[in-house]
Amino acid sequence: MTVDQDRCCSSGQCVLTAPTVFDQSEEDGLVVLLQDRPDASLAPQLRTAAALCPGGAISLAEVAR
Amino acid sequence: MTTVDQLGLPGPRAAGCPFDPPLAYQRPSARLSLWDGSPCWLLTGYQQVRAVLTDRRFSADARHPTFPFLAPGRREAVGEKPSFLRLDDPEHARLRKMMTTDFLIKRVDAMRPAIQRIVDDTLDAMIADGSPADLVSAYAFPVPSLVICDLLGVPYADHAFFQEQGRRLLDTAQPAEVFQDAIDRLTGYLTEIAAAKDGEPDGIIAKLVARGDLTADEVAANGLLLLLAGHETTANMTSLSTLALLRHPAQADRLRADPSLINGAVEELLRYLTIVHAGVPRVALEDVDLGDGVVVGAGEGVLCMLSTANRDQDLFGAGDELDIERDARRHLAFGFGVHQCLGQPLARAELQIALATLLRRLPTLHLAVPFEELSYRTEALIYGLRELPVAW
Repeated sequence: MTVDQDRCCSSGQCVLTAPTVFDQSEEDGLVVLLQDRPDASLAPQLRTAAALCPGGAISLAEVAR
Repeated sequence: MTTVDQLGLPGPRAAGCPFDPPLAYQRPSARLSLWDGSPCWLLTGYQQVRAVLTDRRFSADARHPTFPFLAPGRREAVGEKPSFLRLDDPEHARLRKMMTTDFLIKRVDAMRPAIQRIVDDTLDAMIADGSPADLVSAYAFPVPSLVICDLLGVPYADHAFFQEQGRRLLDTAQPAEVFQDAIDRLTGYLTEIAAAKDGEPDGIIAKLVARGDLTADEVAANGLLLLLAGHETTANMTSLSTLALLRHPAQADRLRADPSLINGAVEELLRYLTIVHAGVPRVALEDVDLGDGVVVGAGEGVLCMLSTANRDQDLFGAGDELDIERDARRHLAFGFGVHQCLGQPLARAELQIALATLLRRLPTLHLAVPFEELSYRTEALIYGLRELPVAW
């Protein structure tokens, strides 16, 4: 998982979708990644979070395990 | 391509179908002319709308000489410093970031008990006044107005004034003078509040003043945006959602039986009702080929029709039907891209609490007049009901 804080507009969609992976900074409201290699079982939620992000700030790369 | 025809915006809705987008919008994207004869694209499909709202070749800057306005007087009223809604980055981002922390998910979650109290107190007052009641004035408007007043640091005692001016401001049928008068009154009002807040750290307006790097005009313009967006949208969603649930009693019963469905139901109501019904305006900064024969020329305006995008049959099967148990989260009711609604976590919390509480506490709620007699704000930029007489 990678996030681009420059593209984040603090909609909070990611936090609502996958709260164990994403958070929002109390200081500036920007997305914070809580884990950059989340478990594969979270993949559907993470894809939804990426699709819902209005700024296109969330990118997923699937790696072989 | 030649201009096809002129489209009245916002358009009237088909008789008996107050929830469906105007028939005039239910068409493929097309090039039309606005009220002043200027060319403008009406974009109606989900993919095109979403693409434009994330494409920086389309500007939201209302100072652009060919930015599309829906009624006379709007262009003249745009000052040197529009609100962040009508600016591009980096100006937009600079202003928006001053307010993002007030709308964090955690911050809004912490406000839920206070919102619940406001909802309960407002409903207590409506019930005490007796059945029947007008849900619009007794419940739908007071709840979000009380919440946004508290957040901004604006006295709720002034609600009759700012709600009336807000109605004049959003009504495209009003002449330019009425629009300008409403802008002047509201801007003057918020400038006075901002001046009084100097040094007092309560509320968003005081916080903007305390920064010291914004002009009085900037504080007033952005305070005005938050004040209007903070109550007009949620108020109209609350009353229209209530009507939609009264017209779909089986789904209202499902919600009463299983309150955990409320979050999904609110997403579906946002999709189905899409009260920003006149479209989101942008102007093309260069020629852009959007596919399907839509080539927007540099300087041409576009109106992104959220209402038809949210009925897209490919994305939302049977999109013209209300189904509170469908997954509607990809809707565009809050817009998309960097301008997507800043207050959406607050709007969601208010709608979830206001609708769930209403259903729970008034299980016998029903219309107090025939459905056919209801009257709608078709000429307003934010769609809704003028009154919703209910009994219980």
